[in-house]
Amino acid sequence: MNTLVRSATAGLRLPLSQPHLGSALLLLAALLAPALIYPVFLMKFLCLALFACAFNLMLGFVGMLSFGHAAFLSTGGYVTGYLMINSGITPELGVLAGTAASALLGFLFGKLSVKREGIYFAMVTLALSQLVFFFYLQAPFTGGENGMQGIPRGHLFGLIDLSDNLAMYYFVLAVFLIGFGIIFRTIHSPFGQILTAIRENEPRAVSLGYNVRQYKLLAFVISAALAGMAGATKALVFELESLTDAHWHMSGEVVLMTLLGGMGTVFGPVVGAAILVAIATLFSGGELGNYIHIIMGFIFVTCVLAFRRGVVGEFGHFMHKNFPASGFGRPQ
Amino acid sequence: MTDLILQTRDLTREFKGFTAVDKVNLNVHRGDIHALIGPNGAGKTTVFNLLTKYLPPTTGSIYFNGEDITRVESSAIARKGMVRSFQISAVFPKLSVLDNVRIALQQQQGNSFHFWKSARVLEQLNERAEQLLDSVGLLEFARVTTQDLSYGRKRALEIATTLALDPDMLLLDEPTQGMGHEDVDRIAELILSIRHNRTILMVEHNLQVVSRLADRLTVLQRGAILTEGDYATVSADPRVREAYLGVAADQEVAA
Repeated sequence: MNTLVRSATAGLRLPLSQPHLGSALLLLAALLAPALIYPVFLMKFLCLALFACAFNLMLGFVGMLSFGHAAFLSTGGYVTGYLMINSGITPELGVLAGTAASALLGFLFGKLSVKREGIYFAMVTLALSQLVFFFYLQAPFTGGENGMQGIPRGHLFGLIDLSDNLAMYYFVLAVFLIGFGIIFRTIHSPFGQILTAIRENEPRAVSLGYNVRQYKLLAFVISAALAGMAGATKALVFELESLTDAHWHMSGEVVLMTLLGGMGTVFGPVVGAAILVAIATLFSGGELGNYIHIIMGFIFVTCVLAFRRGVVGEFGHFMHKNFPASGFGRPQ
Repeated sequence: MTDLILQTRDLTREFKGFTAVDKVNLNVHRGDIHALIGPNGAGKTTVFNLLTKYLPPTTGSIYFNGEDITRVESSAIARKGMVRSFQISAVFPKLSVLDNVRIALQQQQGNSFHFWKSARVLEQLNERAEQLLDSVGLLEFARVTTQDLSYGRKRALEIATTLALDPDMLLLDEPTQGMGHEDVDRIAELILSIRHNRTILMVEHNLQVVSRLADRLTVLQRGAILTEGDYATVSADPRVREAYLGVAADQEVAA
């Protein structure tokens, strides 16, 4: 009887609440998007969305604010760029190398920082990322202020020429989906379950025998690696890696994207990245472009004061309150 | 020679010139329910924090099952079989009641770092988790979000979670604090029902509960041990009456 009722109500749910159908529609939209929207814009969005998702793994699911993620984004970019220019490896290997380099850097950062909490953790990560910034400013291979230019996109698996924007778009989409999939799985894994426990009640997690620092460290390494993957891909898209990616502004921007979209939600950072990239692109041409930082600041203040859960968080909350059967806004 | 599960030697903790715990030699016998009592500020919770390494001791040493654990980390102590509870109920509020127990069961699974696996692998723990919830009378609440439970039930859940680790030794910090009569009785029953094959060290203010449960007592006063023994011996000690009840023993006898 009970199961009958349940399956009946399941049938009445909004179609979007069926997770598979929803994902399929989103995927279809992503596949068709370059027909309507300029692919480079979409690629920039996907790279930053992956970056924000990686960052959100720390902020939203471990509850630790890293203020040094620019170091991982730029390390992925520089390492991949350097290898693409100098060694002639294929782009998928280049991205993997950038990801690995960021993972390694993340391990070092994590070793030094996860013992600290709250503002101290943020400060340690900021200080370390500033060290990385000045290293990239001085190191000869980065091209300093001019950036690392002329990074070739290469041929995927040695076969597909990625200098074509459309081919590149599908490559970036694949990278994004892999990265997003890793984050999604991490959140919904036995490991993710312990991360939730640590965020909810750290002393209790310790008293149950969990060495909290090791869990935070692994989460940090995954987060850094995927931020590096985003940076590596971004460098290929623009055929350029510059100090902008290493600057602390970038660490701040990712906080903004995540909060705007909804911290601790799976899709929030993606939406946040979309909004920021769209605004930056819309205003960059016109006169308002000079005021872009003021506009961003205004949006940020509004977001923090008026809708703290972010776009996705507020939407989920609204749906959960008014249409509980829709399945939105359940605790992740 | 009696079998000691937990022993401290001259355990001392100082906070900037103030000695919170002063040369405490605690002896807990295996299989006992051992109560740590004393007036407010006597250092009971500090002793708990020292035993489980939430605070490092200034001097002195701690032995668990004969092994020196003075320099061992908190989480490692839990894995060795000594698990504590807290004064404030220690639950994961936004997780379901079942998930709370599963978090503890997961510890022995060895898959807690497996970020590439689906959380569905944890469903194999459901049966054991439900048994544990049943043993503390919470089975019907398994799918409830923990923050919606009453205070007494949260404490019961905490005990179920602790039992999930099947520890040799439980440290309960004021398990009946802030509870009404019915809940106090329920928790006392629960503690009696889980004592089989275990040692329990508890901080407790409620002397009725202590007299009912404890095999041995240690009385702390101003960070030092005043006396140690069974309930009859300790409660007959005039120094305990004076320290704990704040009245002179002869007055008490006269009354």
